[in-house]
Amino acid sequence: MGPNSLFGPLDPASDAGYTDAPKRKGFFTDTSVCIGCKACEVACKEWNDVPENAFEMLGTSYDNSHSLNANQWRHVAFIEKPAAKPSAPSVDLGMPAVGAPVSDVPQDEKPDFQWLMSSDVCKHCTHAACLDVCPTGSLFRSEFGTVVVQDDICNGCGYCVAACPYGVIDRRRGPEGDPKVGIAQKCTLCYDRLTDGQRPACAAACPTESIQYGDVDELRERATARVELLHERGVMDARLYGNDPDDGVGGTGAMFLLLDEPEVYGLPPDPVVTTKDLPRMFTRAGMAGTALLIGAALSFVRRRP
Amino acid sequence: MSPAPDASTHGDGSGTQVRHGGSPGRSRGRSRGGDRVMVPDADFTSYYGRPIVKAAPWEHDIAYYLFTGGVAAGSSLLAGGADLTDRPGLRRAGRIGSLVGLLLSIVALVHDLGKPSRFLNMLRVVKLTSPMSVGTWILSLHGPFAGLASAAELVGMLPTRWQRGPVRLLLRLGRPAGLVGAVTAPPVAAYTAVLLADTATPAWHAAHEELPFVFCGSAAAASGGWAMVTAPIAEAGPARTFAVGGAAVELVMAHRMETSMGLAAETLHTGTAGRWMRASKVLTATGAAGALLGGRSRVLSVVSGTALMAGSFCTRMGVYEAGMASARDPKYTVVPQRERVERGEQVRHQG
Repeated sequence: MGPNSLFGPLDPASDAGYTDAPKRKGFFTDTSVCIGCKACEVACKEWNDVPENAFEMLGTSYDNSHSLNANQWRHVAFIEKPAAKPSAPSVDLGMPAVGAPVSDVPQDEKPDFQWLMSSDVCKHCTHAACLDVCPTGSLFRSEFGTVVVQDDICNGCGYCVAACPYGVIDRRRGPEGDPKVGIAQKCTLCYDRLTDGQRPACAAACPTESIQYGDVDELRERATARVELLHERGVMDARLYGNDPDDGVGGTGAMFLLLDEPEVYGLPPDPVVTTKDLPRMFTRAGMAGTALLIGAALSFVRRRP
Repeated sequence: MSPAPDASTHGDGSGTQVRHGGSPGRSRGRSRGGDRVMVPDADFTSYYGRPIVKAAPWEHDIAYYLFTGGVAAGSSLLAGGADLTDRPGLRRAGRIGSLVGLLLSIVALVHDLGKPSRFLNMLRVVKLTSPMSVGTWILSLHGPFAGLASAAELVGMLPTRWQRGPVRLLLRLGRPAGLVGAVTAPPVAAYTAVLLADTATPAWHAAHEELPFVFCGSAAAASGGWAMVTAPIAEAGPARTFAVGGAAVELVMAHRMETSMGLAAETLHTGTAGRWMRASKVLTATGAAGALLGGRSRVLSVVSGTALMAGSFCTRMGVYEAGMASARDPKYTVVPQRERVERGEQVRHQG
């Protein structure tokens, strides 16, 4: 345990005890170029043999896979954001623009909403609460700095499910007969592909390079450059999520470029690893337990029968 | 594709109803809703009103275990004290309470696993960052000693002619085992609070300062109540004192917890959890008053002891249900975090 082992910036693989680990690997999901094709969802299912998710026609835009869960390790969110129509046609100043070229469609015939699409995934936190609280050692830190479940160790206690500040990991409930029913499941960052020098399946399948895979250091730089470029082009809503090593989870291995507040996409705006407060919790429990012992002793010294 | 711009934003105190039918949006300054809203109306955005954190995939077994574990721990303490002060009736009540509590606890814990056959995997590692691992080891330390003391108690009830050889040895081990059991009991009662608090479940994590005291008080009240029901009146004096003290701590600290939790405290006042918590307060206060005033009456002793146990049970159920409710509604995850961001107080590591 180092001084930052529960909170603060660190390299997770070396903190976990690896001596000559490869560079930390992760994702940068640039939602400004996501087209909502769900190729990532399909590729993930195919490669990792993830069984069917409970399919529900929810009427929530194109999103019927509803959440990240044990049977859904990539999840594409669809948001139809109401957009105010400009009252008068804007004057073309010849400035560089982002997105599709200016169309001939008259303003009032354009849809009055904006698509937000984002492929969500396990964040592979620097300080992963799921891993911290796992009582069997089933969840472990890989040499790539990622967080992976060992299926043959997990006994399905479900503690990781309640601990994750993003609601990613989940205990598999079905389909009946699946050997992994009852145990915790989530994205492995395609551990088996990484050990073979390959990209994770979702990143390989993404047609627009919205999902980029690489060294976390380099992805952070790439993300910063991208958000600066978008700001220059006037997309002032662009922001990064999870790229700050000083944040509540020590920065994530999977970071995002978002076009609205995180909660619009179903992400917590300021997540904190719960074990940050663990020393305090144990201190308070120690005080309460001591009080209980003293209280019991005092109950007996008062009077004799 | 027709966009439906109104949906899934909860603008009023009663607005946890989710409409799946359009885009996430936000509403500013809507609502004059609820009658007794304790916290200013939460105005927030979510993804179609869906939860962010996941509720623990636990059944009510875990709430039952919180209760039975508390009874077991408190009973071990009472049995130890009774043994040292020569109160055989109270000792017997304590040791049997401990045994019953522990057995029910183990059943509840194993039953709640996704793979019960892998129960022993808990013993693969010792992990200080996992309260469940720490708790497993606490139980593994406490359980055998408390169990041994209870076995000695049961054997002591056999006819004298059977108390020979190994049985005699077991009887001799009763006292030392019981004392080790008593000393290792408080962690059993206290760690379950950390178990709940060390999660992303808003109502549990927000309670982490006071919950250990609530749970330890609740354990004392419940085990004292158990002894008031089962032990001879003449010997149950310490059990009554223990129960009344526990009930007082539980009531005071639960009140303090509700004021320090922020928005998540709402879940302790509303819905199923609210009903459990209200019942808990009435039962615990009534039971404690009964123990104070009528402890020398057999009938009143049984009634108030039962009320104290029921009050403790309601507390555990209430805390459990409040956590579940706080995880299911994204409000309790988003609003406190969004407010931190708006104030410029995001949680950041200070180098």
